[in-house]
Amino acid sequence: MSTDRQFCTFFVDGMYCGVEVLKVQEVIRYQDMTRVPLAPAVVRGLINLRGQIVTAIDLRERLGLKPRPEGVLPMNVVVRTADGATSLLVDEIGDVVTVSEEAFERPPETISGVTRELIEGVFKLKDRLLMIVDTERAIGVAAAA
Amino acid sequence: MAELDDLVKEFLVESNENLDRLDQDFVALEQDASATDRLASIFRTIHTIKGTCGFLGFSKLESVTHIGENLLSRLRDGEIGVSSEIVTALLQMVDAVREILGSIENGQGEGDGDYSAIIETLTALKDGGGAGEADSEPEGEIDGVEDALISGGEADEAAAGASDEIDLSSLPFDGELTADGVELTEGDETAEVVSEDDGDVSGVSLEALIEEAGLDSGEASDDAGHDDGAAVAEAAPAAQASVAAAPAPTAPTPTASAPAAPAPKAAPAPASGSPAGKAGSAPKPRAEASGSDGAAGGGETGSTPPPPSSTASGGIRVDVGLLDKLMNLVGELVLARNQILQYSATAENAILSGSTQRLNLITTELQEGVMKTRMQPIGNVWSKFPRIVRDLSQMCGKKVRVEMQGRDTELDKTIIEAIKDPLTHIIRNSVDHGIESPEKRVAAGKPEEGLLYLRAFHEGGQVNIEIIDDGAGINAERVKQRAVERGMISADQAARMGEREAANLIFAPGFSTAEKVTNVSGRGVGMDVVKTNIEKIGGTVDLQSRFGQGTTLRIKIPLTLAIIPALVVSSGGDRFAIPQVSLLELVRVEGREASQRIEQVHGTPVYRLRGRLLPLVYLSKELGRNGSSSSRGGTVAGIDFAVAREKHLNWKRTLREFLDGKAELTLEKAATHRDCALGKWIYGEGQAEFGGLAEFRSLESLHMQMHNAVRDAIVAKNDKRGDDAEECLRSVSTMSEQIIALLDRMEQVAGAGEVNIVVLQADGRQFGLVVDQINDTEEIVVKPLGKIFKGLATFAGATIMGDGRVALILDVMGLAQRAGVVREGRERNLHESGQKGESSGGTRQTLLLFRVSDTHRMAIPLSMVARLEEFPRDLVEQSGEQPVMQYRGGIMPLVPLGRVLGYSGGTADAGAAPGAEGAGESIQVIVVTRGEQSIGLVVDRIVDIVEQSVSVKRTGLRSGVIGSAVIEGKVTELLDVEGVIRSVLQDDESWAGEAGGADVGAGAGAGAGVAQGV
Repeated sequence: MSTDRQFCTFFVDGMYCGVEVLKVQEVIRYQDMTRVPLAPAVVRGLINLRGQIVTAIDLRERLGLKPRPEGVLPMNVVVRTADGATSLLVDEIGDVVTVSEEAFERPPETISGVTRELIEGVFKLKDRLLMIVDTERAIGVAAAA
Repeated sequence: MAELDDLVKEFLVESNENLDRLDQDFVALEQDASATDRLASIFRTIHTIKGTCGFLGFSKLESVTHIGENLLSRLRDGEIGVSSEIVTALLQMVDAVREILGSIENGQGEGDGDYSAIIETLTALKDGGGAGEADSEPEGEIDGVEDALISGGEADEAAAGASDEIDLSSLPFDGELTADGVELTEGDETAEVVSEDDGDVSGVSLEALIEEAGLDSGEASDDAGHDDGAAVAEAAPAAQASVAAAPAPTAPTPTASAPAAPAPKAAPAPASGSPAGKAGSAPKPRAEASGSDGAAGGGETGSTPPPPSSTASGGIRVDVGLLDKLMNLVGELVLARNQILQYSATAENAILSGSTQRLNLITTELQEGVMKTRMQPIGNVWSKFPRIVRDLSQMCGKKVRVEMQGRDTELDKTIIEAIKDPLTHIIRNSVDHGIESPEKRVAAGKPEEGLLYLRAFHEGGQVNIEIIDDGAGINAERVKQRAVERGMISADQAARMGEREAANLIFAPGFSTAEKVTNVSGRGVGMDVVKTNIEKIGGTVDLQSRFGQGTTLRIKIPLTLAIIPALVVSSGGDRFAIPQVSLLELVRVEGREASQRIEQVHGTPVYRLRGRLLPLVYLSKELGRNGSSSSRGGTVAGIDFAVAREKHLNWKRTLREFLDGKAELTLEKAATHRDCALGKWIYGEGQAEFGGLAEFRSLESLHMQMHNAVRDAIVAKNDKRGDDAEECLRSVSTMSEQIIALLDRMEQVAGAGEVNIVVLQADGRQFGLVVDQINDTEEIVVKPLGKIFKGLATFAGATIMGDGRVALILDVMGLAQRAGVVREGRERNLHESGQKGESSGGTRQTLLLFRVSDTHRMAIPLSMVARLEEFPRDLVEQSGEQPVMQYRGGIMPLVPLGRVLGYSGGTADAGAAPGAEGAGESIQVIVVTRGEQSIGLVVDRIVDIVEQSVSVKRTGLRSGVIGSAVIEGKVTELLDVEGVIRSVLQDDESWAGEAGGADVGAGAGAGAGVAQGV
């Protein structure tokens, strides 16, 4: 008997990605950010989330994708991590999908560098593939940089 | 059994607190053997521990304390005298107790330590002084009490369990005692205490008595039912005496005694136990009770009855975690308050602003209140020092007296924790290395007993802690020698180092490992760790030492870490908070001044702040921003330089096309210099904005000449004189380039706009942080940054501003390191103060040191220097024989000092001859002015700027040299500026003319002044 898992999905530069729904604290629209000079490039800035200071990490940058076009504001997927709440900046928010464990597969060997580290695996959906992002690794910039 | 666990926990906490006080009491007792109140207090503390551990079943602990108590009782009764030997033994006992308690706390029962040696020592000491029978009586008595206690354990548990979180210290039990003690029914434990004191109530610290009563509440009540009549009878009169002695405190607490009384009677009734506990906690806040050293005698307490209202309040134990949470919440509230304040300032709503004001006040008060809950007197840390000092001094065979002042000075709990170890370390060092042996002290004409003086006080939102000893001080020479040996500093550096700086060397990492130096000269072991730990909490350490006279160590630390006052500044559109602690002052330099007052030393911007050079750090540059703080390149003060430049270039292009026949250009179109775009700007806004600048005046005349040249070109072209036209165009081109250069220059000047300098201090070094804007000071709540930013030393954290946006908090130390201020600064700092250390004889002068060749060092008074510049070598041109360069819209003659003075080998010589072999890319120029005229002295290298008193020796008189002097340990020649300028420029009429006249007189005067001054 297979177990079902739920993922909060989103798009990053056309890629369909997901994060386990239990790890997601909330999804909010674009927030004003304070840049952090000298910080790693993936850090877009700091957000005031109801009095809590949350680091925003650009998933595009993190995955080595091309920068978001001018004028397109990212969405915040705030995830709970070992380092407190952290926001992942994504292009667009998708649905929460329930998938069966059977559809899971390890990322293919041919997938390149950074992405390979960050992608936990792939779910084969009916019409497309859902890539699961490892949140802990996604925010572990120091290790990657 | 959870209840028992709680009980044990309570016991541990109480006992540990009491033990800390014991240390102090013992040391005080040793100094003043007649202090019977101390002895009584010690006795009671030990007795309490013994009694409690008895019914908790800690037999080992009991046996140790029991023997100690016996010894103490004999001491108290005056049967044997207090000796250092006895105190040592008793202190060992206290340590043993502490060890056992520690073991219990770790859940290992009483541990397996063997304390028979201590017990033997104590017994021997006890028996040494008096008859055996004398102590049999109290022992029996005590045993009786114990039995009673053990049998009454159950009742006790109930009582203590009910009052778990509540501190049962104080008067109400005393009230009970008065009420019941007279009736001889209850409270005889307290009575017994008094009886053991031989009824000498006046000698007993009432406060301590009160505490005792509180601690033993359960005990006291239990004994009532179990003790035999004889003891009670014996106790009765004494109890009455106690009543008589303390009528005042008992009077206001009748209500307290009422609920308290039933508790002991109905021992297993938790309902009554609880109110008893509440009442019992009444009039004296715990901190005060335990913090006071018992010196406040009974009389004092008795004469000032506590207000009745305080009965309901008092001390309670609160979980630190809860306080931390409260603190966080208050932090949030402060942020929310800031936001509302900001909003209400813009909204015109009377009701809103009214309630905002209230909110503001309440929040501030709440913040203060919550902060206070976390505050602890520094005495809590200090209290263990007398003991440490005593032990150490005995070990080293020294005599040291500890004095303290300001032990009530309060600090945040986290800070107290953080300074505990560093302080202990310093104290150890002071005793170990600072204070000399009695013989040495006497030989040095000092009192035999050394003094260690601890002082704490608030100052400017910070706490100052001073540790002062009158010991040997630090032998600066020895320290220096050691530092040189270890390769930490060069011999050169050591030579110019002052006593104070040398002493501060002991903070240098690595120095601590020097094994001998500390014994000879002062402190040293691990002082770098002390410094690091204190700096970690935003504090500073400063050390002053006079060899042979003692050492003062001053620590400055912030009151709290969570909410700090900060200065908010902007740079590159972002806001940053700078903790006020590191802030010294703010300087604002107006645009026009800025170009003159911000100077360059070797490409590094500096600012003269009251005669001292302040290195400048541009925040925007440090944070890796493009475009400087002053939005250079854009519009400045409403003037768009880029556009002006663009239009000007267009003009040139049009003229070129016209000459090539590709475009039409008429004289009308060429316009006059007043009508073109640049001209309009010059005679309009430009005049208004920059009229005072030399650059602007040059620009104006150049622009006019250029227009004339353009017209000449048009005329020539129309007359078919092609060559002439080309010639004109060439001169237009040259002028045009100059105009653009001038525009750039002006833009820089204007771009500097107003320069805001935040003068900061890091590691004892000052530097100026240039920011775009200085906004305001604000209370900010420090929030840590995520792990991602671990490597970012520039920021200390983040905070949320009034508008809800996040702002970063600058870590001044990290920033200084990044900018290289601290590293470079260290050396400078050392010799700066090295001069301070020198005798204050002679006139001080600030001198600019430079090299004219590899072998020759020279100096001139900084006051004669207008600017220091570095130019690309190819800017040097020739005017006749004279090397010159264009400078600030004029022509500046250059004096290659190396060649003029006949020193070869320096690049300065080549400076005058562009393209010479081996010459560097750029030349260093010291610009001096003669009235309007600038003259450039080309030197090899600018070395430094020093301030010191100099005595000049007139060596073989040579032209261009006033004489030589020893500056910073090296022979340095003093340049005769006037003489050099005259000798070089006299053959050229025009320069000589300009340099001559009144100016020369004045200049020569200045030169003579130098000669006299130095």
